[in-house]
Amino acid sequence: MDDIVSLVDWSRAQFALTAIYHWLFVPLTLGLSVIVAVMETMYVRTGDVKWLGLTKFWMRLFGINFAMGVATGIILEFEFGTNWSNYSWFVGDIFGAPLAIEGLLAFFMESTFIAVMFFGWKKVSKRFHLTATWLTAIGSSLSAWWILVANAWMQYPVGMEFDPAQMRNVMADFWAVAFSPVAVNKFFHAVMCGWTVSGVFVIGVSCWMLMKKRNIEASLSSIKLAGWVGLIGIVGTMATGDGSAKEVARVQPMKLAAMEGVYHGNEGQEITTFGVLTPGKTYADDKDEFIFHIAIPKGLSFLATGDFDAFVPGVNDLVDGYAVNEAGDTIFSGVSYAERIARGKEAHASLRAFDAAMKAGDTAAMQQSKAELMKNYEFFGYGYFDSVDEAIPNVPITFYMFHLMVILGGYLLAMLAASLFLAYKKQSWLLGNKLVHLVGMVSIPLVWLCSEAGWAVAECGRQPWLIEGLMPAKAAISAIPATSVIITFVLFAVLFTALLAAELSIMMRQISKHSKEDILSPEV
Amino acid sequence: MKQSEEKPSWARRIIDLYVDGFRNMTVGKTLWAVIIVKLILIFALLKLFFFPNFLSTNFSDDAERAEYVRGVLSSDDGE
Repeated sequence: MDDIVSLVDWSRAQFALTAIYHWLFVPLTLGLSVIVAVMETMYVRTGDVKWLGLTKFWMRLFGINFAMGVATGIILEFEFGTNWSNYSWFVGDIFGAPLAIEGLLAFFMESTFIAVMFFGWKKVSKRFHLTATWLTAIGSSLSAWWILVANAWMQYPVGMEFDPAQMRNVMADFWAVAFSPVAVNKFFHAVMCGWTVSGVFVIGVSCWMLMKKRNIEASLSSIKLAGWVGLIGIVGTMATGDGSAKEVARVQPMKLAAMEGVYHGNEGQEITTFGVLTPGKTYADDKDEFIFHIAIPKGLSFLATGDFDAFVPGVNDLVDGYAVNEAGDTIFSGVSYAERIARGKEAHASLRAFDAAMKAGDTAAMQQSKAELMKNYEFFGYGYFDSVDEAIPNVPITFYMFHLMVILGGYLLAMLAASLFLAYKKQSWLLGNKLVHLVGMVSIPLVWLCSEAGWAVAECGRQPWLIEGLMPAKAAISAIPATSVIITFVLFAVLFTALLAAELSIMMRQISKHSKEDILSPEV
Repeated sequence: MKQSEEKPSWARRIIDLYVDGFRNMTVGKTLWAVIIVKLILIFALLKLFFFPNFLSTNFSDDAERAEYVRGVLSSDDGE
């Protein structure tokens, strides 16, 4: 048992490390491509070479980031086949199809038009070059769509039929998968996050140039444009975050309960803006949920449902399968986790019966056992648990990551709004105040922290599930020695850290070198 | 009379785009070196030695893989 726990934990840790690394580069690609495309559009429309200079400066940094991110996603696909083989097989073409579309369509589109972006100056017409720049930006987002469709399916599996003979989930409705409400919301949330990250990145780098008293006018123009992109991004991220919360409340209520540290829900459930959870608190004890917290009354009910007085179930309500109010009325009724586990084990027994029937060549028995299996299939994953607490995510990690994301998101909204205010109305503060410059620069790691925290919420909050309700992590892993996973984890950590250090060094040297040139007087 | 030059074909122009582009790269050369090192590490080292596809390596066809996965996912240990 300890070996399995170690294997699961190390496999999860390895995937988390590589996914975090991959997500360092993706948001900047998503957003900076748009910023550069807008700058180039200004150049083509106005003919003002100032915009050409800005385009080329930021495009160079876009290219560096794009190159840094190359192949970081491939590692994740390797891990599916090596560490998560049961999962890879079980998801069949549901997971593979979106990844294949992403690779064939979006990646090639990006790569083709990136070549025109960087090699095509003076070789193609202005309009063709601009089209290539926009298509690169669109291609990046198309990539994001398909990856997020795959991830959304893990959170909310739809559009499939399980075939016990193949042991695969077969796609039955492509559009249900491709346009799942979870996927749509996730896509816009991720893209808006990219705009936010990029806006802050450009502002932060521009603040550095202002501090060095280099390219003042270029920095001001960059801050104005990036400020708008970033502000639209953060407002969009918050709006889609609201949508995400409603989807999570609908399809992953245990995740929402973990995000807010709610064990016993209420009608008109408050939302915690800041708090410290009681250490060691579990669903099985009577400890208070918080040592300390500041909450907005009825906030979580409104966020989750749009109704200030709606009931939001907590961990205990979901585990028990019911909740009553003070008057003794039943305000929530669901399938208890004990029942889910029992039905999951029945599903496993049906699958064993199917297997025996298949080996015996008994078609009638196969059909009967398949029918029995499908009655309980939605709880298939619960059958791997021996106790209900195995089905509860890590509440502290989910709670703190969620609140870190929200607090930083609030800070970024204020920072982006303030950047625009200063750029338009108080330029003297922006130009001469070192504290303002430092805030801009410090915001760069903070926006990345916010972005990564969001993914931590999404992926830690869905634990123990790889596929919600159908497959927990411990069933998904390959039967390989934990030591092999530990070795590759350490290898990744060392290699990727070294590569990241080299890549960041290139980025910073290029910023420093080209900030000394006159950005607004480029070679035409 | 001056003869007008023939416009190069689309294929020629595309090739020239890439050849001239790569030839004139500055920081791009360093980035490409990083990319190539990364791809070698990922495909020639990591994938080859550390990331075999578990099911492809250990089973010869889809029927065997399905049977294995069915056995693992429906096992009754602990029940």
